[in-house]
Amino acid sequence: MSLTSADFAAIWLTLQLASLTTVLLLVIGTPIAWWLARTRSRLKGPVAAVVALPLVLPPTVIGFYLLITLGPHGFIGQLTQSLGLGILPFSFAGLVVGSVFYSMPFVVQPIQNAFEAIGERPLEVAATLRASPLDTFFSVALPMARPGFLTAAILGFAHTIGEFGVVLMIGGNIPDKTRVVSVQIFDHVEAMEYAQAHWLAGGMLVFSFVILLVLQAKGRTKAVVR
Amino acid sequence: MSDDGMIDARFKVDYSGFGLDVDLQIPGRGVTALFGESGSGKTTCLRCVAGLERANHGYLRVNGELWQDSAVGFFLPTHQRALGYVFQEASLFAHLTVRRNLEFGFKRIGGAAQRVKLAQAVELLGIDHLLERMPEHLSGGERQRVGIARALLTSPKLLLMDEPLAALDHKRKNEILPYLERLHDELDIPVLYVSHAPAEVARLADHLVLLAEGRAVASGPVSELMARLDLPLAQSDDAGVVVQAQVRAFNADYQLLSLGFAASELRIQVAHAPLPVGKQMRFKVQARDVSLALEKPAHSSILNVLPVTVVAEVAAQNSAHVLVQLDMQGTPLLARITRFSRDQLELKVGQALWAQVKSVAVLA
Repeated sequence: MSLTSADFAAIWLTLQLASLTTVLLLVIGTPIAWWLARTRSRLKGPVAAVVALPLVLPPTVIGFYLLITLGPHGFIGQLTQSLGLGILPFSFAGLVVGSVFYSMPFVVQPIQNAFEAIGERPLEVAATLRASPLDTFFSVALPMARPGFLTAAILGFAHTIGEFGVVLMIGGNIPDKTRVVSVQIFDHVEAMEYAQAHWLAGGMLVFSFVILLVLQAKGRTKAVVR
Repeated sequence: MSDDGMIDARFKVDYSGFGLDVDLQIPGRGVTALFGESGSGKTTCLRCVAGLERANHGYLRVNGELWQDSAVGFFLPTHQRALGYVFQEASLFAHLTVRRNLEFGFKRIGGAAQRVKLAQAVELLGIDHLLERMPEHLSGGERQRVGIARALLTSPKLLLMDEPLAALDHKRKNEILPYLERLHDELDIPVLYVSHAPAEVARLADHLVLLAEGRAVASGPVSELMARLDLPLAQSDDAGVVVQAQVRAFNADYQLLSLGFAASELRIQVAHAPLPVGKQMRFKVQARDVSLALEKPAHSSILNVLPVTVVAEVAAQNSAHVLVQLDMQGTPLLARITRFSRDQLELKVGQALWAQVKSVAVLA
């Protein structure tokens, strides 16, 4: 007894979701992290808190509000409808939007920490060497923050793979569209297919363990270099 | 006075607990030292010149080019100012090799503006063998030399140096000082040099700005300011004068160098390695190495006995000594003698004396 084609479909969908979410989060999260690391604005506190919300909120709460906002009568739902995109809940796109919110802190915070660790000095040096602020961002800040980006990508990817509550709330359980591994495991257990559940659950366990092991090893080498 | 060949800087900065209020006219060539204790505002002043700090009231014109004028809301951002900046810690980019650190500013100024070439800067600072290394594998002194070369490679119209030797131990300092002197001699780039070390100032600076509590206390040629009794420099333990001189002759038999002063026909002699006749150089005479006599000593092991007149006198910080400012045919000289000797000699202003100079330090 091993994985069925439905299981493989769920795994494939999960990997697609996690990859797309990670890429989007790196694009969206980097400017947010840069702003949080550099600003002296009073808005810094509130924005940082909003980004961190998914760390403490039950996923069902996030899913619930996303469902309402993205739904036909919600603010974003009306926007997507007027743009001819239809509505997002119970679609793969909706799942991506939900995942981006849900995994945001896991991407923003490591990047923000990396930017903060650079300090003011290298940016001042770059300015005295004729680099404009944008040039400095790409030629100094990004390369110097690279370890932070790696951590952010790994955590964002892994955390998206592990989500369940948000998926169930706004994605439902549609094969090939919103049925990811965590939901598939739930289905197997519901149907008393424990052997099937074991394959997937065990796979997730090994995957998560390896990810954390990699991050640990990375942290250790950094400590040694210092 | 024409704008060219001058640095005209006025800055007013108010932070809680610290203010800077300076109005400086600095020659647009040679090395100008901003000298003062920590907290005197010298680094803030330098950062204002660089545009890293934005003085709310500021005016800055460098050799005819306007960099800031807050009266009309003009502020040229740092990356558009033709300056080089050497930080106290070399602050090399850790993710780039030495070569790519050097090229960082060099390639950004564009071909036509590249007056200082890579090979030239590398040779000047002696860093040829370091080019492919990462900054973490360099010693502190090597890092600072790369930092200086990197700043030079932007072909700056003004080089700013913020205590570039302060983070280094004595040995490393002496490793870098000769390079800084070469810089001074070989490149025609005006330098603003922040320091709190009188020895560095004596060795490198042509012009001096004394800062205290955010204000410029005095500004003028180094030789003049170091001889002034009303400034704190004269009270420091190694107070003395710096004299600009020229090599007149070398006695190979006795290994003695004969140096002439700009202002007079006077000469002094000093044991030194041979130097070409005509070479410009400077030497320092410490106040504690100068003694005074009413008559010219006939038999003495002291080489240099010079005619001087008394200009002024002031009490030293300890009550046993006095500081005497002397005029040596147009060149100032300081002597620190005991108060007892002063009374024995019955010193008065205008009196003619003989100064015996026990030791002379050739600086460069």
